[in-house]
Amino acid sequence: MITFQKYVKVQSLDEAYELNKTRKNRIIGGMMWLRTGRGSVNTAIDISGLGLDTIEEDDEEFKIGAMVSLRKIEKHEGLNSYSNNAVQSAVKDIVGVQFRNMATVGGSIWGRFGFSDVLTVFLAMDTYVELHNAGIVPLSEFVNMKRDDDILVRIIVKKTPIKISYSAVRAQRTDFPVLACAVSEFDGMYKTTIGARPGKAILIKDEDGIMAAGITSDSAKAYADYVASHTPTDSNLRGSAEYRTHLTKVLTERNLLRIGGIE
Amino acid sequence: MIDINLTLNGKKISDQVDADSVLLDFLRDHDCYSVKRGCETSNCGLCTVLMDGMPVLSCSMLTVRADGHSIQTLEGLQEEASSFVGFIADQGADQCGFCNPGFVMNTIALLRENPDPTDDEIRAFLAGNLCRCSGYEGQLRGIRNYLNSRVKE
Ligand SMILES: Cc1cc2nc3c(=O)[nH]c(=O)nc-3n(C[C@H](O)[C@H](O)[C@H](O)COP(=O)(O)OP(=O)(O)OC[C@H]3O[C@@H](n4cnc5c(N)ncnc54)[C@H](O)[C@@H]3O)c2cc1C
Ligand code: FES
Ligand code: FES
Repeated sequence: MITFQKYVKVQSLDEAYELNKTRKNRIIGGMMWLRTGRGSVNTAIDISGLGLDTIEEDDEEFKIGAMVSLRKIEKHEGLNSYSNNAVQSAVKDIVGVQFRNMATVGGSIWGRFGFSDVLTVFLAMDTYVELHNAGIVPLSEFVNMKRDDDILVRIIVKKTPIKISYSAVRAQRTDFPVLACAVSEFDGMYKTTIGARPGKAILIKDEDGIMAAGITSDSAKAYADYVASHTPTDSNLRGSAEYRTHLTKVLTERNLLRIGGIE
Repeated sequence: MIDINLTLNGKKISDQVDADSVLLDFLRDHDCYSVKRGCETSNCGLCTVLMDGMPVLSCSMLTVRADGHSIQTLEGLQEEASSFVGFIADQGADQCGFCNPGFVMNTIALLRENPDPTDDEIRAFLAGNLCRCSGYEGQLRGIRNYLNSRVKE
């Protein structure tokens, strides 16, 4: 188990950022993932006193504080009505209610975990990450940025009109997903995100315009094949690369038909 | 050591804890033995307690984060639990019984949030409480029988 020498509940993001520059110090979110790690941390930097546990919603966007729990986004009416319950679908099977009361959106996105349902669903939306030092960057860029000593302050989801559907396959209800998939359409572009490949979520856009004439069973199949051929998969104890590629096709097609109202 | 003040089962407590002490150990040190140590990696739900009424996993909660909050364990919720635990016992649902306190704590949280849950809602809410001995059906039947008995009243 991870151990800490010191604990500081910071008064400001600047204070947290300064402390986080020291390599042996760590920001703590819900601490669920950190807790499973080993080693010794010098100072645990707690940002829970900075009011980052709220979801602000206006006409343009949702601002989700880094310390907002997964349970809060699961139950947030505005976010779920905007995303056609995709957010709820993505988090509802993450361990249990008690767990989701503690695990945070900030820790989930910051971690850029391969298995992440959370990253997979937000990557399929018009999402940005607000970093204390680097400012606001699209989530699609953040996914590929190196982990540094910055602090994730909020994630911002623009209320761009969207169609979206999420599904994942799990061997057992509360286990990590074998594969996670979201399909969305906004700004005239179809997008698919595949997580738990088992690598971290990847975003595949319909660059070839396969869906240009809209969703039919034929175009859905062709696009699902396109996504699968652009998605690297690998094997681990939850599933083989071949199985994951097969699931990529099935879930992409299924989500697509769902947003087209065909299934 | 860090000073903390919290309310445990209605009683105010002041103490000093290490930076990395977790609530599970703190509660057991304060005679709350209903709080069980299972996986310690937030997978099993055995260590469930209520923090300001919300179910959390005490194995993964830093004790310092309970500072200023109210914590309840099964020791402090006997009366509320007594309304439905007999129905679960009637089904012979538990075998070793080790999972029972966490299960009961989360059922309390479920019934406070949703007093009339469907079977699927019960399964979903209690999905994070693992039982190594049973197949969960007995617990589900027990809760269902309790809910049905309330409708009749
Ligand atoms: C047993 C278990 C099962 C899980 N199953 C799933 C699953 O099925 N699907 C899924 O999507 N996820 C799953 N997760 C991951 C979980 O949902 C969270 O994503 C994870 O625990 C991280 O969130 P946290 O709040 O606990 O972060 P922490 O553990 O506190 O932190 C994680 C990392 O992020 C850093 N960090 C935290 N907050 C910030 C911030 N604001 N700014 C900068 N850095 C920060 C920390 O220093 C640490 O390196 C699982 C985790 C566990 C432990
Ligand atoms: S001991 Fe806390 S979840 Fe298993
Ligand atoms: S009765 Fe033994 S673990 Fe549930």
